[in-house]
Amino acid sequence: MKEIYLDNNATTKVDEAVFEEMRPYFCELYGNPSSMHFFGGQVQQKVDEARRRVAALLCASPDEIIFTACGTESDNAAIRSALEVFPEKRHVITSRVEHPAVLTQCRNLTQRGYRVSEIGVDSEGRLDLAELNAAMDADTAIVSLMYANNETGVIFPIEEVAANVKAKGALFHTDAVQAVGKVQINLAASNIDMLSLSGHKLHAPKGIGVLYLRRGTPFRPFLVGGHQEKSRRAGTENAAAIIALGKACELAGQHMEIENTQVKAMRDRLQSELMARILHARINGGAAERLPNTLNIAFEFVEGEAILLLLNELGICASSGSACTSGSLEPSHVLRAMGVPFTCAHGSIRFSLSRFSSDSEIDTVIRELPPIIAHLRQMSPFGREFLKEQG
Amino acid sequence: MWDYTPTVKEHFLNPRNVGDIPDADAVGEVGSLACGDALKLYLKLDDNKDRIVDAKFQTFGCASAIASSSALTEMVKGKTLDEALAISNQDIAEFLGGLPEEKMHCSVMGQEALEVAIAKYRGHGVEPHSHDHDHGPAYPDHEGTIVCKCFGITDVFLKKVIETNKLTTAEQVTHFTKAGGGCGGCIPRIKELIAEVMGSRQTEEPRKRPEKLSNLKKMQMIQEVLERDIRPLLWADGGDLELIDIDGPKVQVAFRKACAGCASSGYTSRVVEQKLRDLVAEDIVVEEVAA
Repeated sequence: MKEIYLDNNATTKVDEAVFEEMRPYFCELYGNPSSMHFFGGQVQQKVDEARRRVAALLCASPDEIIFTACGTESDNAAIRSALEVFPEKRHVITSRVEHPAVLTQCRNLTQRGYRVSEIGVDSEGRLDLAELNAAMDADTAIVSLMYANNETGVIFPIEEVAANVKAKGALFHTDAVQAVGKVQINLAASNIDMLSLSGHKLHAPKGIGVLYLRRGTPFRPFLVGGHQEKSRRAGTENAAAIIALGKACELAGQHMEIENTQVKAMRDRLQSELMARILHARINGGAAERLPNTLNIAFEFVEGEAILLLLNELGICASSGSACTSGSLEPSHVLRAMGVPFTCAHGSIRFSLSRFSSDSEIDTVIRELPPIIAHLRQMSPFGREFLKEQG
Repeated sequence: MWDYTPTVKEHFLNPRNVGDIPDADAVGEVGSLACGDALKLYLKLDDNKDRIVDAKFQTFGCASAIASSSALTEMVKGKTLDEALAISNQDIAEFLGGLPEEKMHCSVMGQEALEVAIAKYRGHGVEPHSHDHDHGPAYPDHEGTIVCKCFGITDVFLKKVIETNKLTTAEQVTHFTKAGGGCGGCIPRIKELIAEVMGSRQTEEPRKRPEKLSNLKKMQMIQEVLERDIRPLLWADGGDLELIDIDGPKVQVAFRKACAGCASSGYTSRVVEQKLRDLVAEDIVVEEVAA
């Protein structure tokens, strides 16, 4: 069965050009970039090139790029560093809809005596800016807010927020894992102090991330040891993956327009066709500014895992914020923070597209999903009541 | 990936007996939209009103909830009401070739709906159904008190499930009943309920406290009880303890891992003390010492 992969916010296909770029650095050019000899030195040159390519995508300077093992490491390193830099400050701000890479760490801090403010969102997933501004004070060490939400695609006004945070004297970090490559980010004209990105969300392999650190921002390393990454992240560089990420960032810059035109058009068509064919559906975050590739759609009276498993039978890969797939027994923390009604939250499905998605794949979902929802509603006591009312 | 057996998948993809029975003799409804799963079960009895001749269901829920409902309807057909009542949630899970542990609550929901249907038919607890949080309605006058506010689950229902399925950790109780899976505020109470049920289980085969003990024997027994009876319980909650010293009746222990610095470690040391008094010597005093 050929897969129809619409789960690109979970991970993406490695672009073949990216894979070709990294291929020689396993069996042939395997030198350690830190070595003095020519054999390591030539790898160092490619790592430097990759650093320039990543920096170019973000309008940053190459020395502001620190390679890490993943987005989670970057998030952890940023927050920990801020707390070490400002040992007297005991307050951290984040949002209720963050990725666990940030949220879990912040919640753990409460056990170490920190105050943690989790800023809420409205019913469309938009950040409560008034609450954020009220929460900041002289005790705030760091504000960490995601650029775009992984479940709904809702984009936060990060530049505006970063300026406010700077005015209050705290550090500002953004988890931009879902945004990089889809949203134009210009760090040269920005108040963002730290930014995390992850390779496997933009067609590079898993196991490579970046922490952007604005020049002059005080920093304490998360991993200590050797002098790699200017002693800001010890450990032998994952050279092949770094080289791959460099190529992926170069390609992301070239394809950003496609993401915002062709991919967006496919997403919009999927959304409008499903809404036209299925009654009692709603778009989570639909009225907010969103990533061009993400559609989070809720179907009343049915449960998300059942929908996913029936899609899976047809080779269609998506994900769900329903209780049964979130690993807990309640719907996802993002949908709960938005106050999505229970009737919908359990039946929420996320489709996330990429530039490798095709119109014919979208056609298949538009054709196959409505009968799946009808079948499950026919089986559901609440769905039947609803169908009866409809006559 | 989904960790479902081929039977679960087959019953999910081709559910048996979906629908309703307009002239059903017994109807049982459990769960709600808010809870994330719900089941409405219809039973039709023979002319003697004793044997189930037909069963239908409607389910809102995940794949395993639908498969459990389908399995249940197949299992009850042809059974007398008493035979049907003997079906446990374990039987439903076994019929399906097993369920992932975190999905066991689906089988419990099936068993519960069956009990409600039969109880209502027999004239107990025929109150109008509401779609509010209302688990445990098999106990007609809402016997017991609500433990889990998120999912509306009573202590009586929890103790029954703990007992039937021989559950030993709060996590298991969540997997089987959903209780504790929301805000988590009731987890301490769930642990108490487990202890209560396990305590009553132990009285079934009492271990006797010896009449007289040499010092050496007593120290050995204290160590044995800590190893066999106490530490496994603490492990289940991610905690541990270490025996530091024994001085006459004084037993000094230090709490480790999750127990160290835990607000309820005082309570835990009383439990340890009671256990040692029950099984070793009446005058034992447990003292918690810093490591």
